[in-house]
Amino acid sequence: MTQQLDLNQKNSGNGPHRLLEKVNDFAIRFATVNGTGSASANNLLLKAMFRMGVPVSGKNLFPSNIQGLPTWYEIRINGSGFTSRANIFDLVVAMNSQTYETDIASVRRGGYLIYDSSWFIPPGLVRDDINFLGVPFSELFAEEFPESRERILMRNIGYAGVVAAAVTMDLDVISELLDETYSSNERIRNSNHRALELGYNYAMENLDCPLPIRLERMDKNSGKILIDGNTATALGCVYAGATVAAWYPITPATSVAENFTKLCSKYRTEKVTLEDGTTEMRNNFIVLQAEDELAALGMVVGASWAGARAFTSTSGPGISLMNEILGLAYYTEIPAVIIDVQRTGPSTGMPTRVQQADILECAYASHGDTKHILLFPADPEECFRFTVQAFDMAEHFQTPVIVLSDLDIGMNDWVVDRLDWDDNYKWDRGRVLSAEELEAIPKFYRYADEDADFVTPRTLPGVSTKGAYFNRGSGHDRLGGYTESPEGYTQVVDRLAKKHKAAANYIPKSAVSLKDGARFGVITIGSCEAAVKEAIDRLDKDGLPLDYLRVCGFPFPDEVKSFIDSHEMIAVVEQNRDAQLRSLLILETESPPAQFRSVLSYGGFPISADDVATGLLNELKD
Amino acid sequence: MPSIRKPLIPLAPHPTNALGLTVRDYEGAMSTLCAGCGHDSITAALVQTFFELDTPPEMIAKLSGIGCSSKTPTYFVSGAHGFNSVHGRMPPIVTGANAANRNNLYIGISGDGDSLSIGTGHFVHAIRKNVNMVYIIENNGVYGLTKGQFSPTADVGSTTKRGVPNEVPPIDPVELALSLGASFVARSFSGDKKQLIPILKAAIEHHGFAMIDVISPCIQFNNHQGSTKSYKYIREHELNEIDSVFLRSSSQIMAELPTDSRVSVTMHDGSLIAFRTLPENYDPRNRTAAMNYIHEAKAKGEVPTGLLYVESEQPDIHDLNRTTSKPLINLPLEKLCPGKKELDRFQESFV
Repeated sequence: MTQQLDLNQKNSGNGPHRLLEKVNDFAIRFATVNGTGSASANNLLLKAMFRMGVPVSGKNLFPSNIQGLPTWYEIRINGSGFTSRANIFDLVVAMNSQTYETDIASVRRGGYLIYDSSWFIPPGLVRDDINFLGVPFSELFAEEFPESRERILMRNIGYAGVVAAAVTMDLDVISELLDETYSSNERIRNSNHRALELGYNYAMENLDCPLPIRLERMDKNSGKILIDGNTATALGCVYAGATVAAWYPITPATSVAENFTKLCSKYRTEKVTLEDGTTEMRNNFIVLQAEDELAALGMVVGASWAGARAFTSTSGPGISLMNEILGLAYYTEIPAVIIDVQRTGPSTGMPTRVQQADILECAYASHGDTKHILLFPADPEECFRFTVQAFDMAEHFQTPVIVLSDLDIGMNDWVVDRLDWDDNYKWDRGRVLSAEELEAIPKFYRYADEDADFVTPRTLPGVSTKGAYFNRGSGHDRLGGYTESPEGYTQVVDRLAKKHKAAANYIPKSAVSLKDGARFGVITIGSCEAAVKEAIDRLDKDGLPLDYLRVCGFPFPDEVKSFIDSHEMIAVVEQNRDAQLRSLLILETESPPAQFRSVLSYGGFPISADDVATGLLNELKD
Repeated sequence: MPSIRKPLIPLAPHPTNALGLTVRDYEGAMSTLCAGCGHDSITAALVQTFFELDTPPEMIAKLSGIGCSSKTPTYFVSGAHGFNSVHGRMPPIVTGANAANRNNLYIGISGDGDSLSIGTGHFVHAIRKNVNMVYIIENNGVYGLTKGQFSPTADVGSTTKRGVPNEVPPIDPVELALSLGASFVARSFSGDKKQLIPILKAAIEHHGFAMIDVISPCIQFNNHQGSTKSYKYIREHELNEIDSVFLRSSSQIMAELPTDSRVSVTMHDGSLIAFRTLPENYDPRNRTAAMNYIHEAKAKGEVPTGLLYVESEQPDIHDLNRTTSKPLINLPLEKLCPGKKELDRFQESFV
């Protein structure tokens, strides 16, 4: 204990390395043990900061494990709206002695480390250029919460209280959140309030609060929500009218199907009267937990063939299995929506870490000549919009559409514009002939009579014998018959290639921002956006103006090629080792490889603005 | 698969069924299988069955995987939608199709390699989900299209055409299905239309997964001396003690219910299966009895056939999921999309 007190006195926050005052511009890292309930405390702080109107982001760096391993949560606060992941932290809350070494190393010079001073910090780990703020969490909470499980949980709320005091948060906002969260359980609510105050009061009385890193209310979050991508994606599936979901549990996509189920239970059940006069709740949806991902996509294809809007959600390993059915759906022209929440590969890889490494696999999935339509959302708001669009495009073009989200977007909470819905939305079911339409034509041929988008009409089982055809993954001609003839075969696959090209006109417009005098362009994708925009802003201030384009889907719309052509050099920023987006751009826009540079981040943590700025500078300096 | 349109030869007027259709209306393209293939007899039995049941052709959805058996959906009911999918994957395709539109009649045609090797995982899970469908395994013990390799149903000691014996124990789809809790399990022989047609009718009316293992000899690669799936071997070893008839309507039940009926099972839709002959102490509603009977027969080297087990009230995929009684494909967007107001309300918990 004495040693700890010494430590506190030495680094009371007023030492020589005290940080300059930073208002609404700092980063906090929480180091805890997984399975101890720290997520509630971290989310509580994030949401309270969001409610204070300050741009904020939260990144959960969790292990592929249920209980007992180190886990981190990072919050970045930035009044200018730059909230990509930080690499170094102004404040670290070190609640896990196993990771003291890394945690202490992750504090910015002059920054703060909050730790449990009930225990010793090994002297070898003590840095004299940061401030150690000891709080005897174990002692404090042992007295207040004698029951062990509650003590563990409440200790987390306790550190939330300490942080609230340290960075000048509005305690009322946090209290109100606790009231909302635990409105139906008074006992838990009271425990949470007690824990919060215990931490807060201890910090106010014993630490040098407030620290120079401070939160101040702003009004940047009106019209915004704090939501994770998987919830938004599931909402997209509900709003697009999907009735069949088939899936296999996999991190980080599981919460898409689970949220879809939850939302459907809320919005899609109906009281029906049965034959015997009794009433029962019935579902206007079905969720099938398949035996594997291959089967999950098989079910989607079966459901789409029969006429339903159907989808599956998965991650890279699932896409690997789905290749076979992707080829079938592509060649037989059956719609399918696949949500790929990407994680780190190859193989099992790092299931709880992020990458954008399924780009090439998805673009050309399956054996034979195949090309798929891909959509690349950058945040939860786009997850919602692009998912709805994926269903429209899949049915319009009668082909699989893959929405490439990732773990960072899917599982972390993002501050985004409120999701909007137009009640005049008309779903595009594509060319599906009704019994009446079939009556009006002399004869139906499945792969003839293409329209301007090279799409041919299809029919559904159960409608009319006149529309009956044999759907086959084997060689078929434009009439739908089996073929082994070169002409019959090529006619169909050539049309498929044109159909894929035509889809470029339906891909969401690329996000573009141009700077005066920029010679070089930066192209990026998905969740890299925040880090790239921040890096470009920084480099611009340093005298290197760069143009920016984020691709929103594949096949690439024309503006992508024009952007490439109008710059001397293009740097492609993405989160995989092999520069997959760069390869796809070179292949599909037929641009010279020498025109491209790469900035890559693929260690599994979300990309940071520092990584991007350093990378761009290295690649693009004269 | 190559297919040849059947020549339209005007013959004497065919009898018509209640829909005014003839047997010809339930036929498909000409079979391109080998002359004498057991699969063609199964196709013929299916045609006869649909005709006699007055099934509207457009309500039939016929799906298959890959292999000789999986070619056969082309050869029946050309007015029905067909789906020749990929090897072993027919069960999930049907599962999805059935989930989307519960009103169609789903006929899955598979083979022993398709169902019990590459697609075993799917086969067993379609049983567990009790997908409402007829699942026919055209079982010949070999891979025909790739010219005669053993399939997983080849018995130990049976040989290839060249005399090489199989040493790996087989999977029996009947025992597998029974152990998984399948609600309708039958075995038949492609050479016995009289037995197969009533089983097919009952399977079609069955509410849930109806599995029929039909021993269907491969004339090219597995009809030789060392085969246990040849016409000769099955004729000599078949244990055909269970005789069932299917009676569809109440009037048919009244008129045709055999006086010697030992056990009868009322189906979900009110039709009836009457068992006229049964082995001693056998109850086709008793799973354990069925399993024991099969074990004992097999130990004696016999191949028991017939409708071995039926449980007509097991909840199917839609009962289990409490799906609405309407096909999901018929629900309009207004019923599916909660609308802007609700989206705004929902987002209140995200601010």
